[in-house]
Amino acid sequence: MNLWYYPGCTLKTRAKNAEDSAIVSMAALGIDMVELPRWNCCGTVHSLAGDDLIHHIAPVRDLIRVKEQGGSKVATICSFCYNTLRRADILMRGDAEKRGTINSFMDEEPDYNGEVDVVHLLQVLRDDIGWKAISEKVKLPLEGLKVASYYGCTLLRPAEVAIDNVEKPTVMQDLLRALGATVIEFPFATECCGSYQIVGNVGFALEAAKNILTSALRRGAEAVVLTCPMCDYNLGLAHRELKRQRGDLPDIPTLYFSQLLAIALGLDTEVCHFNLNYIDPQPLLQSKGLIVEGVKVGE
Amino acid sequence: MIRRQDGTRRIGVFVCHCGLNIAASVDVEKVVEEISHYPGVVATEHYMYMCSDPGQDLVRKTIQEKKLDAIVMSNCSPYLHERTYRTLAASEGLNPYFCEVANIREACSWPHLKDREGATKKAIAIIKATVEKVRINMELFPPVIPLTRRALIVGAGIAGMTSALEIADAGYEVVLVDRAPYIGGHVSQLSGTFPTLDRVGCVTAPLLARVVTHPKIKLYTYSEIEDIEGYIGSFDIRIRKKASFVDETRCNSCGRCLEVCPVSVPSEFDRGLSQRGAIYRSFPEAVPSRLLIDATSCVHLATGNSCRACEEVCPAQAIEFTQEDVIAEERIGAIIVATGYDLFPRERIGEYEIDPDVIDGIQFERLLSPTGPTKGEIRRPSDGKVPQQVVFIQCVGSRDPEHGVIYCSRVCCMYTAKQAVLYKRAVPEGQAYVFYMDIRSDSKEFEEFVCSAVEEERIMYLRGRVSKVFRDGDKIKVWGADTLTGKMVEISADLVVLALGMTPSPGIVDLAHKLNVIFDLFGFITEAHPKLRPVETLTAGVYLAGACQWPKDIPDTISSASGAASKILSLFSREELLRDPLISFVDEEICRGCGQCVSVCVYKAITLDPKKKVATVNEAVCEGCGACAATCPSGAIRHKNSTRSQFFEMIDIAAAEYV
Ligand SMILES: Cc1cc2nc3c(=O)[nH]c(=O)nc-3n(C[C@H](O)[C@H](O)[C@H](O)COP(=O)(O)OP(=O)(O)OC[C@H]3O[C@@H](n4cnc5c(N)ncnc54)[C@H](O)[C@@H]3O)c2cc1C
Ligand code: SF4
Repeated sequence: MNLWYYPGCTLKTRAKNAEDSAIVSMAALGIDMVELPRWNCCGTVHSLAGDDLIHHIAPVRDLIRVKEQGGSKVATICSFCYNTLRRADILMRGDAEKRGTINSFMDEEPDYNGEVDVVHLLQVLRDDIGWKAISEKVKLPLEGLKVASYYGCTLLRPAEVAIDNVEKPTVMQDLLRALGATVIEFPFATECCGSYQIVGNVGFALEAAKNILTSALRRGAEAVVLTCPMCDYNLGLAHRELKRQRGDLPDIPTLYFSQLLAIALGLDTEVCHFNLNYIDPQPLLQSKGLIVEGVKVGE
Repeated sequence: MIRRQDGTRRIGVFVCHCGLNIAASVDVEKVVEEISHYPGVVATEHYMYMCSDPGQDLVRKTIQEKKLDAIVMSNCSPYLHERTYRTLAASEGLNPYFCEVANIREACSWPHLKDREGATKKAIAIIKATVEKVRINMELFPPVIPLTRRALIVGAGIAGMTSALEIADAGYEVVLVDRAPYIGGHVSQLSGTFPTLDRVGCVTAPLLARVVTHPKIKLYTYSEIEDIEGYIGSFDIRIRKKASFVDETRCNSCGRCLEVCPVSVPSEFDRGLSQRGAIYRSFPEAVPSRLLIDATSCVHLATGNSCRACEEVCPAQAIEFTQEDVIAEERIGAIIVATGYDLFPRERIGEYEIDPDVIDGIQFERLLSPTGPTKGEIRRPSDGKVPQQVVFIQCVGSRDPEHGVIYCSRVCCMYTAKQAVLYKRAVPEGQAYVFYMDIRSDSKEFEEFVCSAVEEERIMYLRGRVSKVFRDGDKIKVWGADTLTGKMVEISADLVVLALGMTPSPGIVDLAHKLNVIFDLFGFITEAHPKLRPVETLTAGVYLAGACQWPKDIPDTISSASGAASKILSLFSREELLRDPLISFVDEEICRGCGQCVSVCVYKAITLDPKKKVATVNEAVCEGCGACAATCPSGAIRHKNSTRSQFFEMIDIAAAEYV
């Protein structure tokens, strides 16, 4: 089965570890993720205020690319891209007047009337494949690995784009359980990572991100699993800061859900590009017997 | 007498001034003058207030003197005085349905205050049309329906018990059914009650004792309504008595079985704060004090394993593993629904972590209760420590359309204040915090109680919502907003108590379908009229008591329970039931049995006669709404005294003035 796939900028560069591990894992699960031709920036960074239509142009254009290909569904791996595309889609579906304005502004493009369903890869795993089918494909169960799943905000807010219960999401825990990991619930799973505040208000963002890591540590997690390159970046910085302040603190690496999926499916871990992880997860994975030898990590 | 021999009726028309309510815009004298010439009208009178005693005397006198057969009362809406005048007509020997009201106030003088000429003309048209109606009205007599003077009450909480005792004390039999093994409902789980803080035992013990010993109350505990057939006056009920696997007649409650049962599961009564065996008594003081085996946790019943430990030790041979559910049948005449409430499911508030030290209001009541799992000492569930910092959170699930329900649960402001006060009295050095949206303390002595909680007991009230509750080591962290200082608050608590909102009791929708009563969006049973008929349903013979209707505290519950009981008592004050004759009837010559009326009747009053293939109306059930008459494609089913031809006649006459 083919699935249109929108990568976005970070997955092609700094978060190659998320992209490659996802594509190869999905292939192993019988789904070929086909990269959308001529995709452009998803439009994130800008606010998606409903009265600021110019910033909806970029995501809508991406949706038109899908429609052009005859697609009716597009998946993302980056949760930020998911958020922008989905919100633009909701605006186009729900508001006839704004839809008209945007469509006539882009008169060189075919009209977009909400023909494309935007989903995050976690939804495909849950709704199209299912936990049972996934667990049956697991070759190397993540036994003994204690992981906390961290959602951040973009998969869940605003509520109309939420892929799961806004306050108490379970989709990632369910996936990790299907992969055989020990799931650690922690109260900061949906707290803010500091997001773009890391640019202008570093102290605040680091504080927010540090709280997430320490909370996960206190609940006994050995790693944090996530979907968002932005969260990954902030948590990585916060980790460095924490280690500087308290050298005795254990490492708590962050991993993309797709990296653990690839490992559990028994795929060649080269696709995981561990060298791109901010905190080297290899010692932990080795200690659990999940990978044999590490690649060198350097920034 | 229906008509004079010549087929005519002597009609009198009475026009009321209603002070200036009518007379200000309607020229009453002109109306009277005009109507007095109208065919068939043999008497006309007008008066300042026709509903007053002298006014009614005038009507009486005129009926006698002019030998009237029918009267048209031209005044306010029939909602107000139709019954007054029909009673008057009957007392003068007329058929009450030969009295009709012409509404010239709400429908004429009020809306046309500034148009005296127009209003007068319209009043004349309305009266003439009404004269036409009364001219061809049928003479009607209330259908007489057999009445079984026994009542069924579903739910034996404080509501059901109250209604049961009131009906039974008046001498009528009551069948009281509760699905729990004990009676008393939620009140049994409480410690003290606001605002007087009297012990719950003192409130309920006398009631419980009287209910179980009352010769007129037939109690079915651990039983549910299987199905209901029939209608007001004669309902046939089938009750499923669930198997308890203990022969009640032999069991002497010695309790030896409790010691040997190897099973340990969370107690429903203590909401998980204590454990019980598979054979258990819900709580030590349960009334009736019966023991029962829960088949799902019993090793023998669930797995077929040969445990049978209880059977071995029972000196009375009361254990009966082969017992099965039994169906009992009862014929009754009226029903009270008193199924109460349940707590809002807390897992729907995902931001408040599930943790042993984050408990709900009823769990806290159990901690406060001297007969509860901690013998009334406030010890937190996780480690048994006495909590020094307790945070109470109000409106959990209530007033929260995003996660919960939009309505206010009405009792939680008060029970939170009560619980915080009782906590402070038990742990004087401790600190209690209450997060609230606003305090709803609108009943007798409620506000005084809350004020004293704040001022004398020094309970810290923080106005704002809590965004997150989670464990942090030994503490429970509470993140909230204090909207009065505009600050975020973080409290490290030892115990958090959630004032969960109230929802209808589970299974209510199923019961509502069996009873054919309507329920709202949330499952609360809907009353016949929110202001005027609050304890009745739209289904004749089915009444409401307590929190099955909306969240109620004990005083409100008791009031409605007494109200429902008195409705039944007035129903039972006659040997037979007299129903309103203004209902539908079927012209069997015309009816072709298509059944469309059957499908539109919300009261389920119409059935198809399988032999004659025509619709038949059950006079005991029909409420006279008229939906069937409007639906019938052949005009075979009609509404008595509101037939199509009557209406067309009225329209013709009324419109004639304008063409
Ligand atoms: C934490 C807490 C503290 C409170 N404190 C106070 C207080 O201090 N003062 C006060 O005035 N009020 C208080 N209340 C409110 C009080 O509990 C209610 O007013 C009262 O219980 C309502 O009585 P009820 O009989 O209508 O309902 P319930 O007590 O709920 O009784 C209903 C009965 O019906 C039975 N039932 C339900 N469905 C069925 C069915 N389908 N078939 C057969 N039987 C059925 C149930 O088993 C139960 O026995 C408190 C409430 C809470 C949650
Ligand atoms: S009674 Fe008070 S606590 Fe309960 S829902 Fe209403 S306002 Fe909230």
